[in-house]
Amino acid sequence: MEKENIIKADITIIGAGPAGLAAAIEAAKLKAKVVLIDENASPGGQLFKQIHKFFGSKEHYAKIRGINIGRELCNEAKAQGVHLMLNTVAFAIYEGKVVAGITPTGLVQIESKGIILALGANENTLSFRGWTKPGVISAGAAQTVVNLYRVLPGKCFLMVGSGNVGLIISYQLLQAGATVVAIVEALPKIGGYGVHAAKISRAGVPILTSHTILEAKGEKEVNSAIICKVDEQFNPIPGNEKELKVDVICLAVGLTPQTDLVRMAGCSFEYLNELGGFVPLHNKNMETTIKGIYVAGDTAGVEEASTAIDEGRIAGIAAASSIGLIDEISSKEKISQIWSRLNSLRIGPFGQSRQEAKKILIKARGKLCP
Amino acid sequence: MDIQTDIAAMLDSERKKKMRVINHPILGTDERKKKINIYVDDKPISAIEGDTILTALLAQGIRINRITKKRKEPRGLFCGIGRCTDCVMIVNGIPSVRTCVTFVEEGMRVETQEGVGHWKKKI
Amino acid sequence: MSLEKYGYPDLEEIKKSPGYPSDQRLAEGSCIVIECIQEIPCNPCETACKFGAIKVGQPITNLPVLDEKLCTGCGNCIADCPGLAIFLVNKTYASGKALLAFPYEYYPLPEKGEVVQAVNRAGKIVGKGKVIKIFNPQKNDRTPVVYLEIPLELADEVRSIKYSN
Repeated sequence: MEKENIIKADITIIGAGPAGLAAAIEAAKLKAKVVLIDENASPGGQLFKQIHKFFGSKEHYAKIRGINIGRELCNEAKAQGVHLMLNTVAFAIYEGKVVAGITPTGLVQIESKGIILALGANENTLSFRGWTKPGVISAGAAQTVVNLYRVLPGKCFLMVGSGNVGLIISYQLLQAGATVVAIVEALPKIGGYGVHAAKISRAGVPILTSHTILEAKGEKEVNSAIICKVDEQFNPIPGNEKELKVDVICLAVGLTPQTDLVRMAGCSFEYLNELGGFVPLHNKNMETTIKGIYVAGDTAGVEEASTAIDEGRIAGIAAASSIGLIDEISSKEKISQIWSRLNSLRIGPFGQSRQEAKKILIKARGKLCP
Repeated sequence: MDIQTDIAAMLDSERKKKMRVINHPILGTDERKKKINIYVDDKPISAIEGDTILTALLAQGIRINRITKKRKEPRGLFCGIGRCTDCVMIVNGIPSVRTCVTFVEEGMRVETQEGVGHWKKKI
Repeated sequence: MSLEKYGYPDLEEIKKSPGYPSDQRLAEGSCIVIECIQEIPCNPCETACKFGAIKVGQPITNLPVLDEKLCTGCGNCIADCPGLAIFLVNKTYASGKALLAFPYEYYPLPEKGEVVQAVNRAGKIVGKGKVIKIFNPQKNDRTPVVYLEIPLELADEVRSIKYSN
């Protein structure tokens, strides 16, 4: 009943989010046979949930909404003849760069010359009393059901976490007609961009720094939350508890690179807080410590869609170059141009620490693979 | 039916209707029209083509998808992208189906799953 | 700093930035105000102004600089800012009244002529405003700009409205 299928590809890309799509486009432009796999029913990763206008420069699609960028990338990948396999879970990478996957009709083995892993990131969780009740969800879950499926998971929201994810999704909840009762942030200052915070402040949403959540209350589902002020060691200060009438508690407490397949392929890692946890070592071509295996996007360190797209492009060109589809000099030039763009995003108070972390990664990879 | 029940039913359906985001400043108007009928714990629920099982239920204000084995606690949406399995239900006799990544189909039979559920369908 | 602690900047913080015009320029007539005071990589405002009144340069984390002499107060830059941080303030609109233009990406939009509640940067209702017009052309890509008549004394405070269906 289950049929096994063996495909040959030049470059197999796992993950059809912004990094994977960009990598697929670049490799296909250089005439590589590209297979792009995604476990979801549609490509685009998180892009189709990003209904806000992007920052950055013109080359980074600044002032274009994420949803439109997603559409553009998908159309271009299609136009370049990328072979897209949706509803396909890549569950293993075997010796000889064989990718194994489950499709709706059976197993598939893809014999690849190069593999690019653009798996994205997973949202972190926070446990507190009552966190398992229906109504406690990840911030990404709120964004998914509201922006993709146009349904609200409740009416009154508490957002835990004031990084860009928490701030942006709070704004998007307001746009969908929900009430955001408050944002709590354990640190004494707001984590994300001031302009995102300013937007929701104008809408009357209080952002409570040095506050955390203690409990989700409700008999069967969430119907209130207990928050509390915390001290510099993040300990709740007794007597500062407050009950908020909410039916949804969103957790926006950080992302961690998704790296299961990267580990399975045998790549080496380094722990870097600024990039979200354990990150695979890579060089300036986005190649890991295993030859022919590349990483791009949040898998290579949690940043943003703009950096994911650029890293994807680098990986696509480098992978194509390694199989002789473009000469080394041209490849180096193209990649160097993209690095200038990337560098311009990794500066300033929000980007500098990521730039330093990436340098550490590249240096460490250099030591292991001289 | 007396008028009190009518008003209660209307208010209830208003509350339920309000969970759908019909008009959105960026996404525009939700123009999906094709109704899909599914059954949830034997109750008919009207969904729209393009809904996942999870969001069809959320649109009705239903947030409990399953009950845990040991402590019989309710669980529902958590990650929304098919990774955490908190939203699983029995669908057409098959247990542990991730409702957040499964689209509704005409006549689908969905049940609140207790524990690990049980197989009703021969495979 | 108020912005990092509470989520909204205070006027003092903003006035120090190069994107905010002088009191004198504002007293002369319609001018935009840019309330962008953190170094983030972003520069669509630079190309938004056809009069060249906004400069970011390199690196793109530079705070936008407003050349108040070149600003004609046309407001075309408002919708181009992804951070929704640009506003138009006209302190000579009418006797005792100022005109404020601000980006408003919510549904429903208020109607022309409606009297609505005006809020400050912290979202607190500080007075009332009258909607003069809604500017929502295709090129704004779904960022409508609302023109609101407010009391002159609130011109430095009001930056949005509280409005619901």
